[in-house]
Amino acid sequence: MEAGIVSYGVYVPRYRITPAEIGQVWGVDGVAMGQGLNIERKSVPAPDEDTITISTEALRVALLRGKIDPQEIGALYVGSESHPYAVKPTATIVAHAVGATPNLTAADFEFACKAGTAAIQTCLGLVRSGMVKYGVAIGTDTSQGAPGDALEYSASAGGAALVIGRDKVIATINQTVSYTTDTPDFWRREGQRYPSHGGRFTGEPAYFRHVGECAKQMFKTAGTTTKDYQHVVFHQPNGKFPRRIGTQLGFSDEQMKYGMVTPRIGNTYSAAALIGLANVLDHGEAGERILVVGYGSGAGSDAFDLTVTEELGTYDRSSGLPVQYFLDSGVELSYSVYAKFRGKIHMGEA
Amino acid sequence: MAIARFWRETPRRYNLGGSRCTVCTTVYFPPRSVCPTCTTHRQSLGKMEPFQLSGDGEVVTFTVVHEAANGFEMLVPYALAIVQTVEGPLLTGQVVNLRPEDLQIGLKVRATFRKLREEGPAGVIHYGYKFAPKEEAAMAPRPGRGSEQAPAASHAPEPSRARA
Ligand SMILES: [Zn+2]
Repeated sequence: MEAGIVSYGVYVPRYRITPAEIGQVWGVDGVAMGQGLNIERKSVPAPDEDTITISTEALRVALLRGKIDPQEIGALYVGSESHPYAVKPTATIVAHAVGATPNLTAADFEFACKAGTAAIQTCLGLVRSGMVKYGVAIGTDTSQGAPGDALEYSASAGGAALVIGRDKVIATINQTVSYTTDTPDFWRREGQRYPSHGGRFTGEPAYFRHVGECAKQMFKTAGTTTKDYQHVVFHQPNGKFPRRIGTQLGFSDEQMKYGMVTPRIGNTYSAAALIGLANVLDHGEAGERILVVGYGSGAGSDAFDLTVTEELGTYDRSSGLPVQYFLDSGVELSYSVYAKFRGKIHMGEA
Repeated sequence: MAIARFWRETPRRYNLGGSRCTVCTTVYFPPRSVCPTCTTHRQSLGKMEPFQLSGDGEVVTFTVVHEAANGFEMLVPYALAIVQTVEGPLLTGQVVNLRPEDLQIGLKVRATFRKLREEGPAGVIHYGYKFAPKEEAAMAPRPGRGSEQAPAASHAPEPSRARA
């Protein structure tokens, strides 16, 4: 049974900070750091924003655009590595906030940066089997790097919600494949505030191997080559990795153009590939084919082969904010206000 | 007990769930079980239905808070506004996503979903509506980078932010 994306919505908090601003605090050439990572700025959530509020904002836009009755959502999954509660699902609060409760199944997914794509696969299975009419897959994060760590220059906040269904599909999901191994490139132990990573180890054996192998697996499964796709979207922990893997696989800058959002908003982790896909759909036209390859540390990649349908022509893309708005707009913060917003200042006993 | 009280109010706080009189169509928020607008209250008995506000409205008046209420310390100075919703009811709420000095009476706003309060680092987190400028207003591209200051910065210009 054919199924795919019926609607989508994105939300990125409005605050931004530049690598130069971060670097000057730590005695590092932040400008060079930003150029090396291909990150001009990253988004910062307000003190009253978290994975739950960002997910809700993104999903509300998706429901509005698709004119979807929230009571028809049969499954709702939120993929994130920054759920506000260690125990108490993000998904239940989001489901209630959009009016989807109580007759649905809901859960939180975790798989570093690919929990959102894992949620899409789960929804696709439920929708294709006819168990639910609509499945909602959300990828959202408000991730942090330790102060002064390389991650601090990229870890940002944002969310994307996809509604998966069978009717009025704007982008059919033709195929999905995954590539998973036990690779300790990035982790955070329970109770630890900031994540740890294997430094250079995060590159070759982790990101590049998984994304590369998963993409090749898709070419084989779908019988495609790079030439069959008008757009390609990779997970983008920075602006450098996706460009390199894209070039290695043989994709052009033109194919990667809309899928690249991290240079302007930073690494939104579980949301990164989904916001890239949303930007492609914002600009997409019927008949175009899209390859999406997510990546999550630990490690795994999920790939999707999609085709934009004629439905996109009548789909209400003008409701809610386009991704381009979040790439262009924003209010820059000083490091001190950023540190306050992100809880990096010790406030004494509460 | 705070958890139970908040939990009972979630339909209101999360979704702006009010009520509407099916006799005279007046909308109420918070919801009412009888309609004070109808000539006799009895007329509306059993004729009130749940009604969800769209969250769209306009700022009627506002104040800027500098002395934070409990739990709002991180947000000062912040704007608190009375919003006339398109359905009728007046709502009070914080206006986010703009500098308080940019807030004006008549500004079109929409309801947004935010964290309202945390009961300490181990307690429950409360969520609910606040208001944000409606997209069209917010969509105007900012003239150049760094042209806006931090929202929590003081009104006096800060030399440290004078850099290009
Ligand atoms: Zn009445």
